Amino acid sequence: MGVGPDQQVPENGSNGLASEGVPPLRRIVVDHEVAPIRVADGYGVAGDNGQVAEETFLLPEDQAPSHWFEERMRTESLSVAFGSKTAVNEVSLPVNSGQVLALIGPSGCGKTTLLRSLNKLVDLTPTAVRSGRILIDNQDIDLFDDTQLRRRVGMLFQQPNPFPMNIFDNIAYGLRERGSKRPRKKELEPLVVDALERAGLWDEVSDNLDHPALSLSGGQQQRLCIARSLAVLPEVLLLDEPCSALDPISTAIIEETVVGLKDEMAIVIVTHNLQQAERVADQVAFMYLGDLVEYGAAEQVFNAPMAERTKDYVRGDFG
Amino acid sequence: MDQQYLGVFDESKDPSKKADPTNQRVELMLGALASLILVFILGMVIFVFLKGLPSFTGNGVSWFGSGGNVDEQLANIFNSPAEPKDYVYELHAFPLLWSTFLISFIAVAISTVVSVFAAIFIVEFAPRRLELFLEPVVKLLAAIPSVIYGLIGILVLVPWINNNLITEEMRASVAYVIQLDGSSVMAGVIILTIMIMPIMIAIVTDSLRQVPRMWSEGALALGVNRYRALTTVSLRAIRPAIVAAAVLASARALGEAIMLAMVTGSIGFAPNPFDGFLFFLEPSRPLGATIIDGAEGLSVEPFGQTLYAFAAILIISTAFLSFAGWAARRSLARYSIGSAK
Amino acid sequence: MSSVTTKRRKAAVRQSRRNAGPSKKIKAKGIWSIGDRIGVVAAWVAGLLLCTIAASITLFMGWKGIQYVTWDVISSSPEASLEQSKVGGFLDPIIGTLLLTLLGGLIATPVGVSVALWLTEYGRPSPLARFVEAGVEVIAGTPSIVLAIFGLLIYQQGVMSPFSFTADGGEVFGRSFFAAGAAMSLIALPFVVGGTREGLNSIPKHIREASYALGKDKASTIRRVLLPSARRGIATGSTLGIARIAGDTAIVVVLLGASLQIAPEGNIPGIDVLRGTGSTLTSYVFQNSPAGEGNAPEKAYAAAFVLLMIVIVLNLVVSRLTKKGQHVWG
Repeated sequence: MGVGPDQQVPENGSNGLASEGVPPLRRIVVDHEVAPIRVADGYGVAGDNGQVAEETFLLPEDQAPSHWFEERMRTESLSVAFGSKTAVNEVSLPVNSGQVLALIGPSGCGKTTLLRSLNKLVDLTPTAVRSGRILIDNQDIDLFDDTQLRRRVGMLFQQPNPFPMNIFDNIAYGLRERGSKRPRKKELEPLVVDALERAGLWDEVSDNLDHPALSLSGGQQQRLCIARSLAVLPEVLLLDEPCSALDPISTAIIEETVVGLKDEMAIVIVTHNLQQAERVADQVAFMYLGDLVEYGAAEQVFNAPMAERTKDYVRGDFG
Repeated sequence: MDQQYLGVFDESKDPSKKADPTNQRVELMLGALASLILVFILGMVIFVFLKGLPSFTGNGVSWFGSGGNVDEQLANIFNSPAEPKDYVYELHAFPLLWSTFLISFIAVAISTVVSVFAAIFIVEFAPRRLELFLEPVVKLLAAIPSVIYGLIGILVLVPWINNNLITEEMRASVAYVIQLDGSSVMAGVIILTIMIMPIMIAIVTDSLRQVPRMWSEGALALGVNRYRALTTVSLRAIRPAIVAAAVLASARALGEAIMLAMVTGSIGFAPNPFDGFLFFLEPSRPLGATIIDGAEGLSVEPFGQTLYAFAAILIISTAFLSFAGWAARRSLARYSIGSAK
Repeated sequence: MSSVTTKRRKAAVRQSRRNAGPSKKIKAKGIWSIGDRIGVVAAWVAGLLLCTIAASITLFMGWKGIQYVTWDVISSSPEASLEQSKVGGFLDPIIGTLLLTLLGGLIATPVGVSVALWLTEYGRPSPLARFVEAGVEVIAGTPSIVLAIFGLLIYQQGVMSPFSFTADGGEVFGRSFFAAGAAMSLIALPFVVGGTREGLNSIPKHIREASYALGKDKASTIRRVLLPSARRGIATGSTLGIARIAGDTAIVVVLLGASLQIAPEGNIPGIDVLRGTGSTLTSYVFQNSPAGEGNAPEKAYAAAFVLLMIVIVLNLVVSRLTKKGQHVWG
């Protein structure tokens, strides 16, 4: 039933396993310092120096978890207050690649604040006070410059916000505006195309990359923003209610894209739509008035929640 | 118009659309008054041009050229014999035009650059207290009357330039043409720049603050440093506003008469760029200042007509500027948000 | 309250720095390019330049003002004397400034409000409305010296002689408070129009609807409901316009005659002052500087200081008016 250790895994990601997929092999080229992805034995595909392994080692089915994961970031007793009002209260959560973490909870529960503290965007508010620790690859994020951190942790906003430029310039923006040397257009083209493909937008815009980005539809704009964030090859992608302003079809496309991305990076999505959380999430964190009430696997939180409040919320009693 | 919402009512019962004599009368009166504005402007343009026409026709194209001493020519015009057919019109106004253009252009150029950077400072880098302090200060600077700028210029800057920047050999080298006493192009440019900066700073900072936060946050979230984010996204988005500010400042600069009359000297002299640094220290007199200087002679016929000719040039240039600014704003608006005024 | 927050923030930052261990920040490569650094430096330079200029102008004028402004000088009239710098004050110019700003404002406000009303409440046909809007902008952009000499052109016509005086040769002098006041109203007009329009536009629709629902027609709605509510905008516009009038010199030099003292003309009290000539603080400063007669810089500084105070007070009034926040419409 399982795949033995001496069998090659095909390049294009199709495999003989019944239910789960092996992540398609990718060669990732980065120019910033990244801790090599070290994985515990038996999981994953990357080796010590970021090289891509030719073989996969897989445990027999009854011991394999449903999907591999690796911790990218975590918070330790994170608290965020704006002036005297506490928005996030002592929250400790892991953020893992290979998984989609959904933050759910009623309005004002602090989930967006938590999300925005992961890429230090919350520090832009003058009244914000952050205490506790946030770690990325086991290093405190305060050791990094804000800008450095945000190259590794990308964010998508509720309202699609493409810049008032053409499509190509939008995607290439993050790649151009870093450091002194401005890459030539020739160098950027393959990266832009790659980002558009991964975001699922390439087919629709391939022949008019120099059209203004603002002329796209809402769903396309949001996928453009995804592509824009992907172009800088982040390790973590934060999504702040990305589909709340979009129609159902665009929402479905984006959800599919997001799930497809989870093997390359850690994904955290804030959503107030419980159905969406059920569709995309692997892990769910339920927050209420700044406290982390429950955290666990999606099936467990939605079908057999442990806390009373979680039960009420998931059943739709409030929120 | 606020009339659209009245669709809620039955049109035939709409009180504001009643063919009621009172309402019609009121509307007609107000409309007439408003149209008076257009009549006024048209009248102003036409009359000023008509009054200044003899000066143009009396000289033809050479009105714009150079040749001879402008001040002498103006004096001759002023001293014309009393008979209309004997009026002297000869004028080669190039030194005045050159002076006007030169001083305004340099001042606006410097002011644009400095104002944009100052706006960047206020919006992004200034400590909170300083930022709160600077806002009213900039508004105040914009409100200071030009005669006070002129006063400070003529009592402080001009003597300083005279004593510290003008050497004896400089004086000697141009002594056969003009006296150097500190009233100069440089003084005019410096004070004019200081005068128009506050307006530009106010417009640019207001526009920067109006750039939707989602763009600036989006740029930051991509890992771009805040200076880069500001310049590549926000500044780019407010280009029409920057153009509008520059046009506004240019119109102000061109029309500035009093302050420049006080600090640039009363000599209609065209500074020679080939004089090197000396060029900036030479006196000059732009159009507006010339009109002010000659204001008493407005009723003396050919002289008055010459002054009106100057005014006509000023009207054309400010109108041209407004149009150029409007056209530039329209073409940039495709990729940007609107401009503030 | 903000200092408590700042303290807490600083404490939290210090704590998190401590928690981060022997924290040497990881060196950030490639974040700030050379161009960026130069740009940041330029921004700081520009900002500090701005502060320096503002500070020096303020301090300088303040110092000169303290030096030269005395009660004497404010309350006595200028005297025609060879010893200008020793004798006399500038009471007449002060009165002149007040008179002109009042006159200009009184003419500009009704006209400006009417134009603004027409633009917002009627505005038909709409090409006409756009032209009128553009026209107001053209007036705003016209140099005041041009407005001044055009004013002279008008007021020197025979029909305008009741507004100034006619010299013996039959020539209408054309320079008087009337003439200058009329020209000044053009300076204030764009401000009044702008302020009124803002005031009118900020009135929510339901107020208008309520008035019509009560059966009032448009004219009385405007009179009874809209104008009173737009009071603040009108006041802001007028005050801004008046502040500009107070600071203008070109129109005064051309259209007010150059008499140091107020020289009334004719024998109707009140109107005679308006028909006569005079001077204002702005022309007084100009005349007493080296650009004019020039031998009274002390007086010039003193007058400039008083002028500056007037302008500052007017602008403060405007700030109070606009800061008071939006009227709560309930």
